[in-house]
Amino acid sequence: MSVRRLAKEQPASFAFSAESQAKADWWKAKYPAERKQSAVIPMLWLAQKQEGWISEPAIQEIARQLQMPVIRVLEVATFYVMFQLQPVGKVAFVQLCGTTPCQLRGALDLRAVLKAKIGEAHHVSADGKFSWEEVECLGACCNAPMAAINDYYYEDLTPESLAQILDDFAAGNSPQPGSYIGRKASEPKDSIQTLTDPKLYDGSLAKKIKIPNLPEKPKKAPKAEPAA
Amino acid sequence: MVGILEDKDRIFTNLYGLHDWGLEGAKKRGCWNGTKDILDAGRDWIIDNMKNSGLRGRGGAGFGTGLKWSFMPKEVKDGRPHYLVVNADESEPGTCKDREIMRHDPHLLIEGCLIASRAMLAHACYIYIRGEYVREREVLEAAIKQAYEAKLIGKNNIHGWDFDLYVHHGAGAYICGEETALLESLEGKKGQPRLKPPFPAGAGLYGMPTTVNNVESIAVAGTILRRGASWFAGFGRPNNTGTKLFCVSGHVNTPCNVEEAMSIPFRQLIEDHCGGIRGGWGNLKAVIPGGSSVPMIPAEQCEDLPMDFDALRALRSGLGTAAVIVMDKDTDLVRAIARLSYFYKHESCGQCTPCREGTGWMWRVMERMVTGEADPKEIDTLLDVTTQVEGHTICALGDAAAWPIQGLFRHFRHEVEDRIASYRSGRLHVQGAKLIAAE
Repeated sequence: MSVRRLAKEQPASFAFSAESQAKADWWKAKYPAERKQSAVIPMLWLAQKQEGWISEPAIQEIARQLQMPVIRVLEVATFYVMFQLQPVGKVAFVQLCGTTPCQLRGALDLRAVLKAKIGEAHHVSADGKFSWEEVECLGACCNAPMAAINDYYYEDLTPESLAQILDDFAAGNSPQPGSYIGRKASEPKDSIQTLTDPKLYDGSLAKKIKIPNLPEKPKKAPKAEPAA
Repeated sequence: MVGILEDKDRIFTNLYGLHDWGLEGAKKRGCWNGTKDILDAGRDWIIDNMKNSGLRGRGGAGFGTGLKWSFMPKEVKDGRPHYLVVNADESEPGTCKDREIMRHDPHLLIEGCLIASRAMLAHACYIYIRGEYVREREVLEAAIKQAYEAKLIGKNNIHGWDFDLYVHHGAGAYICGEETALLESLEGKKGQPRLKPPFPAGAGLYGMPTTVNNVESIAVAGTILRRGASWFAGFGRPNNTGTKLFCVSGHVNTPCNVEEAMSIPFRQLIEDHCGGIRGGWGNLKAVIPGGSSVPMIPAEQCEDLPMDFDALRALRSGLGTAAVIVMDKDTDLVRAIARLSYFYKHESCGQCTPCREGTGWMWRVMERMVTGEADPKEIDTLLDVTTQVEGHTICALGDAAAWPIQGLFRHFRHEVEDRIASYRSGRLHVQGAKLIAAE
């Protein structure tokens, strides 16, 4: 567990933009009508996408829309660590994976780069553009070490490539997410030996097939099944 | 040929994303082929064939998938709809297989959801994807849209089984990979696990009958039924059958995801697919064979080790998610495990006292073990505490926090003892002497 509290300085108000509100309504429609509360995480996420972080007025607005007690939304916002409770870097917010698989492949060196270029974790740089934090396993371990910058994964990093990425952001560019040693995804670098059989991809698998060991006469037609 | 499995027997034919993930590409690779015949064969046929295939859940616990499906009520009663929930909250350190399925072969997953829902009489399914997988979620949503547009799923679809599929996302809590915590989170609450019983098959999502399955377990279902249970059961050793995605990370030359037959020898897996251990086979020190929650095993046990549930359990470890974390001789094992202890401390949901307090305590002691600034007696105290956390919590996170530490001391206790001894010998133990820190 970690202690997470709302920021001391809060904005006066919060309102969803028309675009975010449309998305929020789309989320709400996914759940049974009396279970709107399920949309709380996606809606907090939308609020965070819009403002950069979760403020108290945003929590109140979401509670109002979902007809939930405010404390229940506050509980969710503080429980889930992806919700940023204070402002983060506007240009690049770096979430460095520091768990063992990334640590084994050099995440500590990346941390040094971030410290040198941005400063201490959880602090926004003086120009308001950058901030970083160390997070727990992001689930891209075959592409370690890696970091998520503004939602997308930058993989197979070295101190040099990470520094370059940060410089690119600072220069106003948006560097491409993905592998920085030329991999497409999580294949073995330069030595793919599997999935090379052309028969897998020539369409022969799409020909009509007979499903093995089907029952001779299907006992029940789907119509006979109890309807929900 | 490398490895054991031939290309023609691989299920995830777009694992590396070199081909089209969309509907056209997926159909060309055999997805959605004969799905209607499978659905028409009915609930019992699907479940029997899943049982016969020997598929064991791919999310870590290794429980029979067909058996799990059969626990669902045989008919929908009292207006209580059934739900399928797919656990795509992949956060076990070392594991990155479901991600590749969702962004490169999403239609296999969608087809599997339809088949599994048919088997458990569900008309709605939620896929709970972890919040950090933004790109993966975008692809999955797009693939679902394609499937709706082609009338493969949805109301009045061509398969004759009304079925709605929704994507839900989390927000960075490892604990939501636990099935009841996932359901809590999906209901819009904190992800704190529920007591079992009642099991989800009786009262799960919104109190309705629910089954929670891992992405990989669901995504293989279509191909298993298409090619026959005996085809799938033909790989691996008895009780450990099928093909499996292995995620190899850490100190190998080419870390990668690869689909292989179960029970492939560890050495063959590493040398054929991952370019071998960094610095050669002799440089191997230890392996965490199934994601961070399972105890490590030392190099000398890895030589002929078949990678499957039973062989690893015999070594007091586990296959878990088949996320193999390889550590070579340069690795500071104590630091590696201390980092995992921090992970569990960070991810404990705070519901049960032994876990909430114990994970933090264990992490702080482990940090002192890293520097050697501990008392040799503390090793036994630490191990004692791990056994007090293990098995005394609602969910398995307490166990998962205890096992890596137990694994470290089971095989490498001497390393920690040496470190404590060398830390102590570096100091002057003279009464009245003034000590000055080295750094």
